[in-house]
Amino acid sequence: MTGEAAPQPAGLQWRGIAAEKVDDVSAPLAALLRRRSRGLLTDLLRPHKRGVMTTAAAIVVASLAALAGPWLVGVAIDQGIPPITSSGDAGPLTWIAAAFAVTVAVQAVATRSFVTMTGRVGQAVVLELRRRVFWHMQALSVAFHESYTSGRVISRQTSDIEAISALFEEGLDSLISAVLTLLLVGTGMLLLDWRLAVVVLAAFVPLTLLAGWFRNHSAIAYRRIREANSLVIVHFVETFGGLRAVQAFRREHRNEEIFDELSGEYAKASAWSSRLNAVFASGISLVANVVIATVLVYGGVLVIDGSMKVGVLASFLLYLQRFFDPLQDVSQFYNSFQGAASALEKLSGILEEDPSVPEPAAPLALPAAAPPAPAIPRSAASPALAAPPAPSSRTPATTLPPPAAATSSALPSFGRRVRFESVRFGYRPGGSGGSSPREGTAAVVLPDFSLDIAAGQTVALVGETGAGKTTVARLMARFYDPLAGRVTLDGVDLRDLPNAVLRREVVLLTQESFLFEGTVADNIRLGRPAASDAEVAQAARAIGAHEFIAALPLEYQTPVGKRGGRLSAGQRQLISFARAFIAAPAVLVLDEATALLDIPSERLVQAALRTVLTGRTAVIIAHRLSTVAIADRVLVLRAGEIIEDGAPADLLGGDGEYADLHARWAASLV
Amino acid sequence: MSETGSDIRSTATPAAAAPVSALWRLRPYLRPYRLQLLSMLMAALGAEAAAIAIPLLTKSIIDGAITHHDKRLLLPLGLAAAGLGIAEAALSLIRRWVQGSAVAGMEKTLRDDLYAHLQNLEPAFHDGWQSGQLLSRATSDLSSIRRFAGFGLVFLIITVTTFTAVAVLLIRLNWWMGLAASCMVAPVVVFCLRFERRYKILARRVQDQEGDLATLIEEGATGVRVLKALGRAPEAAATHAAQATQMYTTKVSMARLLGSFWSMLDLIPNAAIALILVLGALAVSRHALTIGGLVAFITLALQLVWPIEALGYILASGEEAATAAQRVLEILDTKPSITSVPASTANPPDHGPQRNVPAARSQPPPSQAASPARWGQLSFEAVEFRYPGSAEPVLRDVTLTVARGETLVITGATGSGKTTLLQLVPRLADVTGGRVLIGGRDVRDIPLPELRTLVGFGFEEATLFSASVRENVMFGAPDATAAQVEAALTAAQARFAYDLPWGLDTRIGEQGMALSGGQRQRVALARAILARPQVLVLDDPLSALDVHTEERVTRALGEVLAGTTALVVAHRPSTVALADRVALLDGGVIAAVGTHRELLATQPKYASLMTMEEVAR
Repeated sequence: MTGEAAPQPAGLQWRGIAAEKVDDVSAPLAALLRRRSRGLLTDLLRPHKRGVMTTAAAIVVASLAALAGPWLVGVAIDQGIPPITSSGDAGPLTWIAAAFAVTVAVQAVATRSFVTMTGRVGQAVVLELRRRVFWHMQALSVAFHESYTSGRVISRQTSDIEAISALFEEGLDSLISAVLTLLLVGTGMLLLDWRLAVVVLAAFVPLTLLAGWFRNHSAIAYRRIREANSLVIVHFVETFGGLRAVQAFRREHRNEEIFDELSGEYAKASAWSSRLNAVFASGISLVANVVIATVLVYGGVLVIDGSMKVGVLASFLLYLQRFFDPLQDVSQFYNSFQGAASALEKLSGILEEDPSVPEPAAPLALPAAAPPAPAIPRSAASPALAAPPAPSSRTPATTLPPPAAATSSALPSFGRRVRFESVRFGYRPGGSGGSSPREGTAAVVLPDFSLDIAAGQTVALVGETGAGKTTVARLMARFYDPLAGRVTLDGVDLRDLPNAVLRREVVLLTQESFLFEGTVADNIRLGRPAASDAEVAQAARAIGAHEFIAALPLEYQTPVGKRGGRLSAGQRQLISFARAFIAAPAVLVLDEATALLDIPSERLVQAALRTVLTGRTAVIIAHRLSTVAIADRVLVLRAGEIIEDGAPADLLGGDGEYADLHARWAASLV
Repeated sequence: MSETGSDIRSTATPAAAAPVSALWRLRPYLRPYRLQLLSMLMAALGAEAAAIAIPLLTKSIIDGAITHHDKRLLLPLGLAAAGLGIAEAALSLIRRWVQGSAVAGMEKTLRDDLYAHLQNLEPAFHDGWQSGQLLSRATSDLSSIRRFAGFGLVFLIITVTTFTAVAVLLIRLNWWMGLAASCMVAPVVVFCLRFERRYKILARRVQDQEGDLATLIEEGATGVRVLKALGRAPEAAATHAAQATQMYTTKVSMARLLGSFWSMLDLIPNAAIALILVLGALAVSRHALTIGGLVAFITLALQLVWPIEALGYILASGEEAATAAQRVLEILDTKPSITSVPASTANPPDHGPQRNVPAARSQPPPSQAASPARWGQLSFEAVEFRYPGSAEPVLRDVTLTVARGETLVITGATGSGKTTLLQLVPRLADVTGGRVLIGGRDVRDIPLPELRTLVGFGFEEATLFSASVRENVMFGAPDATAAQVEAALTAAQARFAYDLPWGLDTRIGEQGMALSGGQRQRVALARAILARPQVLVLDDPLSALDVHTEERVTRALGEVLAGTTALVVAHRPSTVALADRVALLDGGVIAAVGTHRELLATQPKYASLMTMEEVAR
């Protein structure tokens, strides 16, 4: 976890995303970030060992071939030309020219293969990184997402990963070949003439200083760029997620101001970094040119003194050109390198972030509950959802403990028992970016909450806003873990259940009816990917969504458009209801899931609920007490405590909170 | 043309145009930086000239000073070489320094314009676009354009100039060797053209795939709760992985294409150098060329190599920039179909035919003079609305008048078009037939900012922005006093905001503190109330409230609504209680209008919508 910071040993403090907000990092932190990024990169490259080796070999060959050129020119001048001038013997020159031709061909082949190979390896790494990050984001808790914000989640996976992709596309090969060229040319120059080589090596003193300065500053600059870039994305996503409200309240102008500021900050950051770059690159040019002039004069003196041949000086000068060119390349590509490095810092931070709602280390299986509990309990009593498909087709892509999978069949479900045992829970306030170290100030919602729901029971939770009803629902679906106490399903702590099992057993349906890109059928099928078209239609019929779906242009195959734009809120809610129905879990939690429905729809949903909930455990939260009628038991919550508990009829008879609520509600109906 | 940034939109030759011409159309964005661009170009040319001059100096040093064993000449020539070197470095510093801020500024302007334009496009446009496609245009496509504008553009000119200059020098040094060297440009051009054709297709494919991927990523982020609740993360990850793999495949083919391209760019110039070496050696042996001349010639010929390699790089990045420009222009070329008066008269085909155009349309609206009488009155006249591409209209013939100060509740079955009807009032969508009038003026004749000041909107799904509670509430009324804000919050039963950690300054919304559905709805309601609009439009404003709170809000709202014309969508009898009159929307027409009791008695459909006989037994 990030944030619960202060007293932790240094180092741990910066685990995960905590370092994201830091602009100007201290030296040890920078080292830690670098180490972490390097670790991730090594890990990603490991499966491509052979590819990397082949690529490196191809780069070495290409560079060697490229370097042979100037050397052959020197040889041609010193040894190829004299024979022709003196005796007209073109033999040596022919050989040299042939050798040159061969190196050129080798260079072309090697270049081709290393460019292709870097592309392949690089993209494979990027693909793997994308998958890991996406998967990890999905594994991270709701609490993480709420504080990290979707915009950041998106920018990590778009522009940050693109920065890494860019490194492979344009940076890495030049970096490797630059280092190689430096080494080889350096050696070549030493062999040619050590005195001149010393002059060149002396240039490394200013170059090293320059590189050190640049490295420090550009790391900061790129961190700033990535941060500014993600703020731009966050604001962009937020604006167009709520565009109707933006337009209705004439927020455009203010938004443009904000965006202009963010985008200006981004522009400033990139301008600053390109200035750093300008200084670095021209610094290299300066050193290179001064060295060339020096070599020219000093070499000239040596030649005049007769201690060196002209051909050697010529080769040396050609080499010098090759020696400094790659350094220029490095500065060109240091851009993509730094961009990728700071993106890698952030991504490695994300991947290091532990889910605060982690998968159990030693998962426990659910007991094969009393009357045989199917893996996906399914109500045979529900005519609407008859004829489940073959058991194997239910749960693709998830690995189940064999006993559970084995027994899945059309047996009637009996639900599962849910218990809250002295649960204490509170949300952390504020927290953006997940770095607020204020664990202690968590606002407690449930001080000490205990509840026992028998298998198959339908419980209604009522109470005023803020009483903690939603929190109870979210704890049941393990969106959060309790701060103390435990929530159990048939006696097994939710924390000990593998995610795949938990999600199959417990489904939470909220007012948020998020539709995904795709067709209506795709969206319903989200509840159970293996469901057939007929089952999808049955689920829709059962809750009364079939009529409006059948009236859509392509019926079930109608694309829903972005966020289901064309469907009304009530229709979207019906679709997400159909999702939950088709998922048919042992425990169904409905949090205000009918709030946006009109009364006839609600009536239909309720009729469906009556049959579907037979043999299932259900918790229903609704402001409209209509839903409560189908409950076996009503709980009235106030400030995180149960103040009334009983059968609806019993409570109605008394003069407690529920009787009062019901009276008001009944009055509101007329 | 091309006076200002906005100009490019009017010169639009919609979509489909070639990518390169798309890029060309973006040139007005570079206009403000033309001085910088010019100085970049001059500096770069100067630096290049210096770089070319250095080998020539080398020649004179080898041929002059060294061959004649003249040490005195060596030093001044060496100093001259150093001077040239320093000049080159200085000029390149200038070029890069200027370049950074110029192109960053250009990218910013372009991004700001894209953002502003997107904000002005009607919601229907956004419903039809995958959000990731928009995002990838605003981010990666713009960076492609920036990279090219900064680097590619200047270098394209420099490369060509350098090549020409060097070729001329080579020909002057030795005309037939020079010609031979320059000839290598022919195969290079052929390869470049072939490469360009194939690369263009891949570049566009990658960008589109990037957009699709961004959409999946965005859904994965914003829909994470639903995916978790249903345990569908594995499926979402599988879809994402499949899409990412597609992009991987395209990128690998791109790398393969680049590989053969680069190797050709390596092969051709180096083969030319080999040829020069042989020819040069022969020339030297026949004393047609000095050794210094040969060294200079080869050093110079090597200067021919990089422009060619750079050309490949520029071509690739240019191709990406061009397709990116095409994608960006696809957005900028989309004209908002909902605009203020002038543009909407100029742009009639969208709603022209069915439109009952008032005769006085183009005159200074006389209706304004007439308005005091009908101030605050909202009416729908034979309103028809159909979604583009769908045969059945959602609303076919809605005629309805809400008198000044009256509260009219609209009710109807799920999907009957209630929300659509409300959106016609602040013009979040435009009618496809008939008209909507406020105070006797067609809403399409009222400038948008004015219209949206007249109309306050409370959404069913409350959208809050990442800003303080105060700012969120004051959206529609930036000049409201603290007392007015408090009154609005009180009326909406949103006083809980004062108890947030930082009171009204607490940041809420996506990047701030998470509020519950009911809390969000009340803040949004306070916003609509505070705006003190002439016409208040509320879409099921109390759906997320519990019975207690709803009661209190209804009471307070009753007072607020007293002097305001209000159109309210409601599903519940409790909200219907706000109404002076109720209208039943059914089958795209207003089936009945009356009081709650009248409709309950006379309209079986209404009765079925409003009674919960199963429960309220």
